Amino acid sequence: MARKMYEAGTGSPAPAYSRLTLENKKTRTAYTFLALPLLFFLGIRIAPTLYAFAMSFFKQSGPGYTLSNYEEMFTSQVFWRAIANTLLYVVITVPFQLGIGLVLALLIGRVNRFKGFYRTFYFLPYITSAVAISWVWRLMYDQDNGIINIFLKGLHLPAQKWLHDPQLALISVSIVIIWQASGFSMLIFMAGLESISKSYYEAARIDGASRWNLFWAITWPLLNPTIVFLSVTGVIGALQTFTQIANMTGAAGEKPAARSTARSASWYMYTIKASTILICRLLPRLPSFCFY
Amino acid sequence: MRKKTDAGAIAAHIVLLAGLLGVALPFVWMVVSSFKSLPEFYSFHFLPKHWTTEAYRFIFSETEYVRWYGNSFIVGIAVTVSEVFFASLVGYTLAKYRFRGNKIVFYLILSTMMIPIELLVIPWYVLSADLGWVDTYWGIMFPGIMSAFGVFLMRQFMYAVPDDLLEAARIDGMGDFSIFIKIALPQVKQALAALGILSFLGNWNAYLWPVIVISDENMRTLPVGMSLFSTADAGGLQWNLIMAMSTLAVIPIVIVYFIFQKRIVEGISLTGMKG
Repeated sequence: MARKMYEAGTGSPAPAYSRLTLENKKTRTAYTFLALPLLFFLGIRIAPTLYAFAMSFFKQSGPGYTLSNYEEMFTSQVFWRAIANTLLYVVITVPFQLGIGLVLALLIGRVNRFKGFYRTFYFLPYITSAVAISWVWRLMYDQDNGIINIFLKGLHLPAQKWLHDPQLALISVSIVIIWQASGFSMLIFMAGLESISKSYYEAARIDGASRWNLFWAITWPLLNPTIVFLSVTGVIGALQTFTQIANMTGAAGEKPAARSTARSASWYMYTIKASTILICRLLPRLPSFCFY
Repeated sequence: MRKKTDAGAIAAHIVLLAGLLGVALPFVWMVVSSFKSLPEFYSFHFLPKHWTTEAYRFIFSETEYVRWYGNSFIVGIAVTVSEVFFASLVGYTLAKYRFRGNKIVFYLILSTMMIPIELLVIPWYVLSADLGWVDTYWGIMFPGIMSAFGVFLMRQFMYAVPDDLLEAARIDGMGDFSIFIKIALPQVKQALAALGILSFLGNWNAYLWPVIVISDENMRTLPVGMSLFSTADAGGLQWNLIMAMSTLAVIPIVIVYFIFQKRIVEGISLTGMKG
């Protein structure tokens, strides 16, 4: 493509030397366009990454390098708690996000009318501000004034402490994350379902396949790339859970026990203000890079 | 046969409508709660007994809310313009120029996509502190003025711009930059719109970096202002104010979403990602 472009630029078949100067000119123009962006990506993205790596070996006071940050981190109970919580977020939120998203996409595929209407409204939570959403849910979970407990009381069920209960805090936050992210899975599944050719279904139906068979023999295997994609993005999202936790479990009268059960590695990292764990946070991201 | 299909569709409608209640409830609860007076939060009512705009009047007169709103708009729009411009310029260069190092530059930029923002915030803060960027608009904006995601997206779209068009302009004696602005950009309008909307929404909602770099109350963006307003008050949360702030914060998103709904959905289905 590009070759054609600069050959056309020279007009007739060009002698070698003029082609060379033209190529030089192209290169110069390209790097002029790329100068600022390169400066940005090297200076604001790559250099800080390396600096963070170096920082993780800094001594807490004075110059020189040390491994003691890592030692402190690996022997800290809070750290392991945060890692365990983060993994729990992944295990709890990802399957539900995908499951709910798939069911919604299949249901919307099933109806003939209002498809756009459903898609629009189910997707809305995903784009709304996580801070606002967190506070609204925090009020909904409120022990005394929250609508969820009001509802439970109406059904004569015992009220729960939700975010204040160490047993329930993590699940309560997970529900909000699932609520917000399922619309995204739905949208991607809808695109995935649309890309499956109708002729497969027709052929299978002629052979007398049931609806159940159609799903497991055609839809499921052909959705595989979509499922892999959503799992990867879902895991990355769950590993980086921060805003919801910071806003749903921060300050204002929580029992410390409930707070620590909800904290994730992102949150831990934010509060300890050390770079050590940052490096560990890079590792889970590597598989996702291979994915692109 | 026909009848059977309809029954299935009706069942699907029923399940979907029930699910919509679950989606709508927090939003409805947020809006109605913002019209309650604080004492009403301590009695069990879904709807306020006395609708009052007390909360709204308070946040406009007694807090810096309007200022935070403005900050969010300034930052959101500036970052969006910058991100869209540079993403298309880099995407165009990588897609349409053949030069030494093209692939290397592309992979270099792409590789920054795997670096989580949490890893960068501390070095960024050190940098901002050294250069005096803390508590400035530039300090909030600089990490977002370009994005690898945008470059990746625009490069894909720039490949589809016909070379003949660019050649014709070159023969007419147009400069390289004019060709990019006047010929290439109009060809990818849809992608520009999708990227721009996603970028604006992402910036409007951004929380982690702004909450670190801002300490001056006047410089807060909306999410930071709301979050710190709520947590600062340890003596009991003023739920009516928080709900009013949340409602106002969500309104521009809902407006942008409903106007550009098709573009947003297309953009995300196409790229599988948010900005």
